[in-house]
Amino acid sequence: MSVDWSWIGDHTDELTSLTVSHLQAALSAVFFGVLISLPLAVIAHRIRPLRGLLLGISNVLFTIPSIAIFVLLLPVSGLTRTTTVIGLTIYTLVVLLRNTVEGLDSVPAKTKEAAKAMGTRPLRTLLTVEFPLALPVIMAGVRIATVMSISLVSVATYIGDGGLGQLFTDGFQRNFPTPVIVGVVLTILLAVVADALLVALQYVLTPWRRRRT
Amino acid sequence: MIQFDAVHKRFPNGTTAVHDLTLEMPEGGVTVLVGTSGCGKTTTLRMINRMVEPTSGTIRVGGRDVTRQDAAELRRSIGYVIQQAGLFPHRTVLDNIATVPLLLGWNRKKARARAAELLETVGLTADAGRRYPHQLSGGQQQRVGVARALAADPPVLLMDEPFGAVDPVVRAQLQDELLRLQQELSKTIVFVTHDIDEAVRLGDQIAVFRTGGHLVQCASPAELLARPADDFVADFLGAERGLKLLSLKTLADVPRGPAPEGGVWTLVLDEANRPLHWASKETEIPLRPLKDTDSLLAALDESVASPTGLIVRVDADGVLTGVSSRDDIHEHAGRAHTQARVAA
Repeated sequence: MSVDWSWIGDHTDELTSLTVSHLQAALSAVFFGVLISLPLAVIAHRIRPLRGLLLGISNVLFTIPSIAIFVLLLPVSGLTRTTTVIGLTIYTLVVLLRNTVEGLDSVPAKTKEAAKAMGTRPLRTLLTVEFPLALPVIMAGVRIATVMSISLVSVATYIGDGGLGQLFTDGFQRNFPTPVIVGVVLTILLAVVADALLVALQYVLTPWRRRRT
Repeated sequence: MIQFDAVHKRFPNGTTAVHDLTLEMPEGGVTVLVGTSGCGKTTTLRMINRMVEPTSGTIRVGGRDVTRQDAAELRRSIGYVIQQAGLFPHRTVLDNIATVPLLLGWNRKKARARAAELLETVGLTADAGRRYPHQLSGGQQQRVGVARALAADPPVLLMDEPFGAVDPVVRAQLQDELLRLQQELSKTIVFVTHDIDEAVRLGDQIAVFRTGGHLVQCASPAELLARPADDFVADFLGAERGLKLLSLKTLADVPRGPAPEGGVWTLVLDEANRPLHWASKETEIPLRPLKDTDSLLAALDESVASPTGLIVRVDADGVLTGVSSRDDIHEHAGRAHTQARVAA
């Protein structure tokens, strides 16, 4: 299996646009996943009876095969990017919701108590004490969700999207390995770089965790 | 002033934490709530800033019923110090101290300036202000906790076993500093502890609670030690009640005379007339000079250790002012006990 380097040279524009499209799909999914998870996690954290239900639903959604999700969405949003993003978002929920709930659980009762006793109202406590302290656990979820989404985008090739995944179909159909190898390498590269950037972001956002004595 | 009027607290599980409590905590004074665990002292404290709501009865701070005020605003007007400080781990020490001023809407610059000022008040360096709580020792964290409670200059301070988690040496330091601060600030302080020595040391008034949330006795430390209301209080105060009482009395009124001359032991002074040690032909014995502000207990202790039975007394600069005998101290100690009983 050898790589045809000239094919890569001839297709740089296409590869660039597929990479961008791939990343965009994955990041959109994580973005909406976080947007949905935060309020749901607060509800699951505060209202014990709903916790099992919400986490259960996110688990069940995760078990639906990815291709099936896209098929189910077709009547709703058709062969579009929207379908891809909705499908991927559903998958991110399982990690994002669970980690956000666990992150909120990990905030010491003593600290929340202190915030209340100082006269901080509940919403402000949530935004300025609970979320910041839950951040390391939430970010662990975001990292997993991001890497997972980047690898899953390719499945959407089935509905005509799929970013770098299109290279796999292309390569298989023509029995030409170069696009497949390039697609795999670029996908891994995207995942590694995105993960590194998230680690850096977390470092910036949690200055109190840097200088351990 | 804080007034409890027929306050009752029953928890949903049926336990009575506070039983029919009527108590006044005077303005500018330290009221210490003591008792065994589960006696309702912490619940009593927490009802003042509505961290716990009373089942019945009224609590007034500065004449105003606390339940008629917005809980968050009430809490901002009352300083609160908890065990192990309860600092925000994600905020610098300076920002921790600035918490309440920021909640009150001060601008960041003013709040930080106030925080920096308080850092000094509680004996921490400016450098500590830039650190995060986990980078400080337990004692330092506790100081930050006190500074945070004082930030918006509230008239009332609630302290829930604030020094319970630090070692005895640091605890004594923190107690001294609190007394020093209190002399300057005259806050109305409510202090919860299970350490009777701490209570005697800090309290202007001590309220002793018994399991089930009953207030057994509320009195000044001297009165409490001289005349405990019942066996429960006496047991709680411990076997050395008499000595504890002596720790409350100073040496000031004990008569003094000139240092003895011509005996076996000579008091050796330096050129500025500051006592150094006792000396005989064979040996030297160290001594601890006592000031008028030292306690009768310290004097008694020193008189036992002294080879002559005399304690050596000095002024604020450490210059010799005279000596007092063991008998002088004993007589005075006896009188202190009688006085406390009569006064009570």
